[in-house]
Amino acid sequence: MSEKKLPPASDREMPDRDIGLSKAIGSGASGLSRRAFLKGAGGVAAGGVLAGEAAARLSAAGEGSKATPVVEGETKIEFTLNGTVQQVQVEPRTTLLGLLRSHLPEPLTGAKEVCDRGTCGACTVILDGEVIYACATLALTVAGREVLTVEGLAGEGKLTAVQRAMVAEDGSMCGFCTPGFVMSLSACLERNPGADENEVRRACTGNLCRCGTYDHIFRAAEVAGTELSLEPR
Amino acid sequence: MKSFKIYSPASIDEALKLLPHSRGPAAFNAARLVAGGQDLLGEMKDHLVEPEALVNLTGIPGLDTIHCGSSLTLGALVRLVSLERHGELRAGWTAIAEAAESVASPQIRSQATLGGNLCQRPRCWYYRNEHAPCIKKGGHECFAEAGQNKYNAIFGGGPSYIVHPSDLAPALVCLDATVTIAGGRGRRDMLLEDFFTLPNEGSVERENVLKADEAVVGVSVPRLPSPWRSCYLKFRERGSFDFALASVAVALAVEGGAVEGGEIKAAKIVLGGVAPIPWRCTKAENYLVGKPHEPATWRRAAELAVEGAEPLEHNGYKVRLANGLCQKALRHLA
Repeated sequence: MSEKKLPPASDREMPDRDIGLSKAIGSGASGLSRRAFLKGAGGVAAGGVLAGEAAARLSAAGEGSKATPVVEGETKIEFTLNGTVQQVQVEPRTTLLGLLRSHLPEPLTGAKEVCDRGTCGACTVILDGEVIYACATLALTVAGREVLTVEGLAGEGKLTAVQRAMVAEDGSMCGFCTPGFVMSLSACLERNPGADENEVRRACTGNLCRCGTYDHIFRAAEVAGTELSLEPR
Repeated sequence: MKSFKIYSPASIDEALKLLPHSRGPAAFNAARLVAGGQDLLGEMKDHLVEPEALVNLTGIPGLDTIHCGSSLTLGALVRLVSLERHGELRAGWTAIAEAAESVASPQIRSQATLGGNLCQRPRCWYYRNEHAPCIKKGGHECFAEAGQNKYNAIFGGGPSYIVHPSDLAPALVCLDATVTIAGGRGRRDMLLEDFFTLPNEGSVERENVLKADEAVVGVSVPRLPSPWRSCYLKFRERGSFDFALASVAVALAVEGGAVEGGEIKAAKIVLGGVAPIPWRCTKAENYLVGKPHEPATWRRAAELAVEGAEPLEHNGYKVRLANGLCQKALRHLA
């Protein structure tokens, strides 16, 4: 199988990868690594990881080397999107959903904006192995992390078991909720391919299908789970 | 959302320095702490608050740990998904794991934190409507009192009738949790039960004792030795994903283990979803001591648990619901 595996869930701790930007001291590279952003690199270190435009946005909240890193206005972040490192300009208020749909050179519209309140599940994506609502996630907080969207599931044009089962079992009606369900099912079955219906239903509690095609979705999960259970892992 | 800037402090003290020293008319725009952001971003999108700055706590080391020893210690940044999946925590402090897994959806539990869950704002639809200047937002009236109050309080209401939305809070209060608060003047510990405030205590606009420049940094919960057992039951209008219409956390020590008919040595009962704070049922707790662990006892304890309820026009069902949940939880621990 050439299907891509979901990024590892790394025991729920946020990864602390050096994504290379910290080596770009003094170079023209710009960006904000997650480490710098989240670990609060401090005034001195922040000058090293933030270059160019991003550094210009950094202003001191305190005195000298004790300044708390702050991002104001547009800044460039770097993160891994569907296996490829991406750099993109975002504001602090940009959500991950906004980033995916509106800020990329080639927008990804698989994650849908529906409720925009972390309720319907149409924007579900996978961040470091865990499902999240892209609408309820600030884009800056994915710096240095791995985001997987529905567009990143199929490797080399070959659909995943979940995607194939959703087609075969007629798991879509209008289709608007489908990418979100596919992401929730993918994360659930990656964690436990033998998940029973109860576990699958629990995994889908954060996704709404207004057409009501739940039975077909759960049947697709069963079919995909059976296939994945038989597959050497 | 309105524009804002984001600070990334490296320590809690650094974070607190970025907060205002007192609450005032500018609170609407004041800097806010953020971790999972699952409640705050919704408030910002609905323009209930429009902070000029967010102070992101998630880069502060050491606040996301779970330690199970003679007591359970939890950092404020522990994600709900971690509480839900932690085997040792579930075995020793079952009500907490059951409360965590009952919260919202997997997408929210993967980001939401313990501290945020305890400090989340009410879900009352008048509070959440930016056009309703209710008493929680500096207005003069609780629109729920004489309005659509199906989801509001049956205990402890007035002058506001919100219910506290947290599932973890009743479970933690039930198990006698202590909360650690960091502030500009150092740290203080207090019983989590005393952390939450009724609308007629402290400020009606707040649900807890936190001052403007303070933050919850952790919670610790004593280990209840055998034969104590605990559980958390929650009733939702929508089975998949909802706040509690009513919930109950119960911890029980029964002579010889959780045997039906055994003598109850001690009991703790705290209701959720029915009051502006986790609602401890002291009368029921006291009644249970020395009684046989059997249906007649459960029925009487449940009656005492909801004694004194003052339902509003549309939430009388919560009295029967809370009663039923108490009986069910006591039976569950048999």
